[in-house]
Amino acid sequence: MRLQFFLSEIGVGLRRNLTMTFAVIISVALSLALAGAALLANKQVDSMKGYWYDKVQVTVYLCNKSDAGTTPSCAKGAVTDDQKATILKDIKALPVVEKVYYESSQNAYKNYEKQFKNSPLATSITPDQMPENYRVKLKDPTKFAVVASAFEGRPGVQSVEDQRATLQNLFALLNGMTRAAYVALAFMLTVAMLLIINTVRVSAFSRRRETGIMRLVGASSFYIQMPFIMEAAFAGLVGAGVACVMLLGGRYFMIDAGLKLQDKIPLVSFLGWDSVIKVLPLVLLIGVAMPAVAAFIALRRYLKV
Amino acid sequence: MIRFDNVSKTYPKQNRPALRDVSLEIEKGEFVFLVGSSGSGKSTFLRLILREERTDTGMVHVLGKDLARLSNWKVPHMRRQLGTVFQDFRLLPNKTVAENVAFALEVIGKPRGTIRKTVPEVLDLVGLAGKEDRMPGELSGGEQQRVAIARAFVNRPMLLIADEPTGNLDPQTSVGIMRLLDRINRTGTTVVMATHDQNIVDQMRKRVIELEKGRLVRDQSRGVYGYQH
Repeated sequence: MRLQFFLSEIGVGLRRNLTMTFAVIISVALSLALAGAALLANKQVDSMKGYWYDKVQVTVYLCNKSDAGTTPSCAKGAVTDDQKATILKDIKALPVVEKVYYESSQNAYKNYEKQFKNSPLATSITPDQMPENYRVKLKDPTKFAVVASAFEGRPGVQSVEDQRATLQNLFALLNGMTRAAYVALAFMLTVAMLLIINTVRVSAFSRRRETGIMRLVGASSFYIQMPFIMEAAFAGLVGAGVACVMLLGGRYFMIDAGLKLQDKIPLVSFLGWDSVIKVLPLVLLIGVAMPAVAAFIALRRYLKV
Repeated sequence: MIRFDNVSKTYPKQNRPALRDVSLEIEKGEFVFLVGSSGSGKSTFLRLILREERTDTGMVHVLGKDLARLSNWKVPHMRRQLGTVFQDFRLLPNKTVAENVAFALEVIGKPRGTIRKTVPEVLDLVGLAGKEDRMPGELSGGEQQRVAIARAFVNRPMLLIADEPTGNLDPQTSVGIMRLLDRINRTGTTVVMATHDQNIVDQMRKRVIELEKGRLVRDQSRGVYGYQH
């Protein structure tokens, strides 16, 4: 393996095709930034959904001792074991109910802590402030009212909450945006692939004299194709680097500075730097692999022995 | 060294075959002229030896290998034992003489030490000592062809294929190139040369193979060019 030979060939190739190289870098950067953003948006939705969102539709919060003064049905303080037992029995008796989970204060606190680990909210609450609850999975998710009317205001029940009502619209919006991002991403990736294939072809054509001689003197296809593949991979790597900077910058300007979403919406736990950084190796990997594969495909027909 | 057994070849979308039922054998160390008018099948003959094309029917053996059964990834290794020279020299204009010759060794992964040693040797052999750092554009046609021959010969091939190597050169320069090819032949390298140059063929008195419309019409040792065009 003659590294110096490859490096000089790659340098020559990239310089000769400077405009096309830039086109590749920019299109790779944009499509990968979009891919990373969509991925992060997905993660954001997941983290906002918390532990229970996809599993249950209704939460029956039981009385906590601090609810005594504020909620009439909790006038007697915390829920008793007897009350808990009858509530559970009655929930199970409802035909619309598929499954019931019990969550203790301690577990509720753990899940809460997990969801808001990046937020100051996590430290402002203690386990005994979290109400015990029954998480109810319905056979038909729209039948919330049946459960609500049966348990709302009952002794020992603090409130009945339709899990979906609060966040559904926001998630619908976020999911819609993510889906739109994926569609745009598909187009961008196609454009990037076509650009790379074309760039490699032009590059191979402009060096057909060299490659022709290489074939004649018995250079292996590896030797002939490697400079072109490395060229594409290098341009892709630069593009992926730009995409990484865009993702990091995007998080900084949307959440910490600029838009300052964290200050404006303190209730939402935004993705931390760690989540963004975890995405970067994937972005870099795709940034190198995709152009390399595209180049290989482009050369398969062009530079056969 | 080279054996053709009933070789036929028709290019796609052409009615007339480029080669029709050609059988012949070329022994190690021979010097062979391949003559015939344009379109007679000379280039196809050479391309089959280089395995740039495959036969439709019949077998081609080069260096003891059946080319039809040689898998694609082994072709480069086969070509390393072959040298090729063309009418249009095919040098890289942005590399010096020495770099052009070294290129042929670099791309087959030869160590730098070997390259540094063999390139001056072969340039000396072709009579270009002292012109290592010139660019091809600064050289005469004959000198450029010598660079091409140096490049073809630097890996000490068993077989040298020359496709009209004197086609772009004046008669006097051509004689020089022929002397060089003859010298290479005397080192034991088999030389197969396609040519239109009547004087050269008549002077050299080597084996002459003539193709006409894809057929082998003459195979004569110590032959002459033999037809008017």
